[in-house]
Amino acid sequence: MRRALILLRRRLIGAVPVLLLVIIGTFFLLEAAGGDAVDAYIVSTGGDAGLIEALRQRWGLDQSALTRLANYLWALVHLDLGWSVTFSRPILDVIRERLPNTLLLMGSATALSFSLGSALGIVAGARPGSFRDRLLSVGSLALYAIPGFWLGLVLTVVFAVQLRWLPLAGIESIASGKTGFARAADIARHLVLPVAALGFIYLALYLRTMRAAMAEIWRMDFVLAARARGISRRRIVLAHVARNALLPVITVLGLQSAAMLGGSVVIETVFSVPGLGRLAQEAVASRDTPLLLGIILVSAVLVISINLIVDVIYAVLDPRIGSGEPA
Amino acid sequence: MSFAARFLRTGEGATGAVILFALAVLALAAPALFPHDPLSIAGPALLPPFQDWSLPLGTDRLGRDVLAGIVHGARTSLAVALAAAATAIAVGTIVGTLAGFLGGLADEVLMRVTDAFQTVPGFLLALAFVSVVGPSLGVVVIAIALSAWTGPARIARAEVLSIRERDYVASARVIGMRPLEIAFREIMPNALPPVLAQSAIIVAVAILTEAALSFLGLGDPNRVTWGGMIAEGRTVLRSAPSLSIFPGIALVLAVLGVYLAGEGAVEAAATKRRHA
Repeated sequence: MRRALILLRRRLIGAVPVLLLVIIGTFFLLEAAGGDAVDAYIVSTGGDAGLIEALRQRWGLDQSALTRLANYLWALVHLDLGWSVTFSRPILDVIRERLPNTLLLMGSATALSFSLGSALGIVAGARPGSFRDRLLSVGSLALYAIPGFWLGLVLTVVFAVQLRWLPLAGIESIASGKTGFARAADIARHLVLPVAALGFIYLALYLRTMRAAMAEIWRMDFVLAARARGISRRRIVLAHVARNALLPVITVLGLQSAAMLGGSVVIETVFSVPGLGRLAQEAVASRDTPLLLGIILVSAVLVISINLIVDVIYAVLDPRIGSGEPA
Repeated sequence: MSFAARFLRTGEGATGAVILFALAVLALAAPALFPHDPLSIAGPALLPPFQDWSLPLGTDRLGRDVLAGIVHGARTSLAVALAAAATAIAVGTIVGTLAGFLGGLADEVLMRVTDAFQTVPGFLLALAFVSVVGPSLGVVVIAIALSAWTGPARIARAEVLSIRERDYVASARVIGMRPLEIAFREIMPNALPPVLAQSAIIVAVAILTEAALSFLGLGDPNRVTWGGMIAEGRTVLRSAPSLSIFPGIALVLAVLGVYLAGEGAVEAAATKRRHA
């Protein structure tokens, strides 16, 4: 555990310059977009030229770009992401409201693709080069080639329009008055299709990583030793090969979190899930650039946090990681 | 056996090559096959597919020919994806070479910038860039390349670090070549193969990103794109699902073709190593 904490501290320090660069990047995009916070505020509240000037001075928007960048940073330190014209509310409030839905969607989709993907990866990697292995490898490529939003539409046509098994869109039935377990079941029913659309696509990533890692491990001496001791093939596959191949698969968890956040934009749009991704689409549609950049910042923080967690899990699971690091 | 022959002997390579060849021929021949503007009205609205053989895949909500749209869409999708992938590979290789060759502070700064670009979800970055600058073909290409260059940069850097200390680099120094000349004429060409090995994935992701952008209405409004057609068909998804399904099948085929060709190339390269 101490190793993991040392690693965590190091990674946290390393994340600071990266986050700073992301902030500077979004600041420049914001500047390029034209219009400032005062324009945004006036559009939603109304006011005359005198008020505009006064607000510009009060918010420091009449100063140089460098000062404005400093102000922007200072505001971010105070968790102030600015004002959303579209919602006439602080951006952070809007994001905070939408974030849980996205986390629920991403978490469920990750659980689906990780468990099913690594299970199928074990099936494929149990006999590298076999017919089953080739079938699964090519099949997973075909799955990986499908655009998420299109898979979502096809699933909707089949399961919501034709078969009417599942709800068409949204996160829960509107004004159903359900509470507790009934409400959770309702949300789960609504999430089946979006989770399937998002999860099935990334399944291939876990399958292929698992398979490749297992193919490497089959060549190692300890596997040969296990075979020489007469351990059953099933046990060798599960306890010796697959178990050791799980580590690289866990790295993929962190690596694909950014891709999945991007993918949730289209999936949430297709299924009208009120999450961060759909918020991004709404921000684009209503040309609310500050809101869009706020979402990008929050996503970056999210990606960094997920990777930190994955790093710590990795260090806990693999005693070689971080053992040589100075305390 | 040549590389091409070994490539075509792998099942994946042959299948991928056939798909991509067919798509490329369609894309190049689009103006000859369907000389009319694919955005113009060709028949009655919402004609179902396989009814009228002059409009085999039917028409959309506005009476536009779906097959003509798909064939012309192939041009846009493939052109944008190839241009974005080429840009990403070129920029990534140059950044990676500089970082690996210069080392020290320059390396540190360039790699932190790479980290920052990798931290932001690529699709959100593309979305933000297009919505700030405004949708056009060139902007979409840059938007896709913005998030795709980091992979090539990392691979190129790792490769340059291993090449930097080789003898032929030392001799280039001895004969008095300037440092940047060494970096770009001696080291970069040799760092390229592992970067190019990733190009199939980069092209595939570029096709998918372009499709998702146009699906959200951020493609070039004057071009037919597969993503745009899917979005257009979505409005009549209940009554005419084929309008969204056909362009999606074209997309899946294109991406699958790229993946299979990439697999074939990797396999062909591996068999050569085994025989050598």
